[in-house]
Amino acid sequence: MSTATRQLDELIGREYSHGFYTPIKTDKVPRGLSADTIRMISARKNEPEFMLEWRLNAYQHWLTMREPHWANVRYAPIDYQDIYYYSAPKADKTGPRSLSEIDPELLRTYEKLGIPLKEQAILAGVAVDAIFDSVSVATTFKDKLAELGIIFCPFSEAVQRHPELVQQYLGTVVPYTDNFYACLNAAVFSDGSFCYIPPGVRCPMELSTYFRINAKNTGQFERTLIIADENAYVSYLEGCTAPMRDENQLHAAVVELIAMKGARIKYATVQNWYPGDKEGKGGIYNFVTKRGDCRGERSHISWTQVETGSAITWKYPSVILRGDDSIGEFYSVALTNHFQQADTGTKMIHIGRNTKSTVLSKGISAGHGQNSYRGLVKVLPSAENARNYTQCDSLLLGGQCGAHTFPYIEVKNPSAKVEHEASTSRIGEDQLFYCTQRGIAAEDAVSMIVSGFCKTVFQELPMEFAVEAQKLLGVSLEGGTG
Amino acid sequence: MLAVKNLHVEIDGKEVLSGLNLDIKAGQVHAIMGPNGSGKSTLAQALAGRDGYTVTEGSVRYQQHDLLAMAPEQRSREGLFLAFQYPVEIPGVSIALFLRTALNVKRKQQGLPALDAMDFLGLVRASMQQLDMDESFLSRAVNEGFSGGEKKRNEILQMLILEPRLIILDEPDSGLDIDALRLVADTINKMRSPQRAIVLVTHYQRLLNYIVPDVVHVLSQGRIVKSGSAALARELEKHGYGWIEAEAAAGQVA
Repeated sequence: MSTATRQLDELIGREYSHGFYTPIKTDKVPRGLSADTIRMISARKNEPEFMLEWRLNAYQHWLTMREPHWANVRYAPIDYQDIYYYSAPKADKTGPRSLSEIDPELLRTYEKLGIPLKEQAILAGVAVDAIFDSVSVATTFKDKLAELGIIFCPFSEAVQRHPELVQQYLGTVVPYTDNFYACLNAAVFSDGSFCYIPPGVRCPMELSTYFRINAKNTGQFERTLIIADENAYVSYLEGCTAPMRDENQLHAAVVELIAMKGARIKYATVQNWYPGDKEGKGGIYNFVTKRGDCRGERSHISWTQVETGSAITWKYPSVILRGDDSIGEFYSVALTNHFQQADTGTKMIHIGRNTKSTVLSKGISAGHGQNSYRGLVKVLPSAENARNYTQCDSLLLGGQCGAHTFPYIEVKNPSAKVEHEASTSRIGEDQLFYCTQRGIAAEDAVSMIVSGFCKTVFQELPMEFAVEAQKLLGVSLEGGTG
Repeated sequence: MLAVKNLHVEIDGKEVLSGLNLDIKAGQVHAIMGPNGSGKSTLAQALAGRDGYTVTEGSVRYQQHDLLAMAPEQRSREGLFLAFQYPVEIPGVSIALFLRTALNVKRKQQGLPALDAMDFLGLVRASMQQLDMDESFLSRAVNEGFSGGEKKRNEILQMLILEPRLIILDEPDSGLDIDALRLVADTINKMRSPQRAIVLVTHYQRLLNYIVPDVVHVLSQGRIVKSGSAALARELEKHGYGWIEAEAAAGQVA
């Protein structure tokens, strides 16, 4: 191995910095999964009958399903009876009403994570809904948003206070029959975020959810539902971390986005779940179903994701382009290091006329990391003049990692135009030497090169997230350089 | 400023430089000439510290330093600059960011505050005008999709901004038309100063019509076989390298 490659390996071999554990008392439903577990979860949450029924139907369906194994990832079998499906920080009352009622230990955890839960939030203009293990701890700015008629609250609260909205939209984008993990989520999901933007309202701030898995052997099954009604606009951010543990932890989330006529939803994720150690021990299994439905004409949904964590990522944020002239976008940076595996990409389903989709995927592989892009572009017979542009670029650091591309294209309308471009490159010793010859330290040079590679995706992130994303990749910010 | 003694360099186990000696004083311009494959570029890259260019024997003193003990970035920070023959592309990284980062590293070394984007623009503007470069150039990604001439100008621009003490230019004239050649040569001539040394690596004598060197060396099979004044370059232009190589071979036999 050359010096340059060694330097690269050292740089990317940094320790996970969010791997602390917060010792707080928790309320857990006993380990394992059965109809009783589900009844218990539902009862803890005081859910209306329709929710319990939906969960139980999902569970019955799940029993008939098999874990999928088509993805380009490898892992030992998961024992679904060895997982805690519900874990909540123990509280004396049913839920915290203000920040002062929240366990200070918990707040300190969020401070360590750098989440602007308190006053800083105002400056940052971010409304945060923080999910700790299975329940929402605090939602900032709720009142301010309420003035505009925006509902932004923990999912469990939405079930209590807006059951009609939940019942109307839940499972309409990702039905519980969709896939194994989505079905499991439907049965056992414990919390998540709910957001409704009324017609014509432009949400004045970035909405944000921060997920954290803390307890041992818990799965996190959160469910997010975002509805932008006619001509509404919302930008939503999601961040994730978890403590370091030797065991693998399961995270099977579902996110459903619904954009009505003329509405626009931007959904950005910075996912930094614990990726496992250098030998590949431990880490989160991130098996997530995310899908947006451009239900009305001229609606617009964008997914932007920066995936740097998790032992295994299995995730395909998709858009159903149902409305005429609707637009779907997917911008992704996925980094795999050590023994991480990622099989990620998107599905763009063109149904309406003049629908457009753009896919831009940047995969970075280092160490023994394996990175696959898997994408489907489907144009149905009704999708007159559909357009898709897909670009997949892979960057390899070091000689033991891998990059793979699996594009699937199904076109059933002859007027469609579908373009696909792919490239694979290696951080060259040439590039590194060019930078160091100009005095730039190798570490900064790698950051700069990787950041340059991801630039087109980072441009899609809100500013504060772009900063975090770049930090996550160990890079200095290229913003504002003219 | 630079003293190279008995330098042996291997690439992939194959010896490319075989006992090279070179002594360069501040204020001088040296031209290193020689046929293809004689080791000119290897010398340039080895001095800059490129990975994989293994020094098996010999020493290099640069100012007060043991150059060979320094990492490439340290060499750069001590004022050694290599203008590459084939500058590499760095997609997505703008010239502005790249050059400002490099400049700020140097400023930090000198105890000066870092320049922000606006100050940097002010500083770089004059140099760009001198090289007849448009400002839009700064927002382009480093060398990406550049023509041969643009790449060379970009190297020269960096040289101007970083104000190095020892400048090694590897074939700075290749791919340049006559006007661009004049411009680049003028710029290099303006960089000549008593505190600075310049090493011109070139295959052709053409460049030396514009930049008149103090010393010309002829490199053959990994060592310097003849050194002389600027007149030597003109002789080479007339007679080619054959006679020197023959002379060198004869000398070795004797």
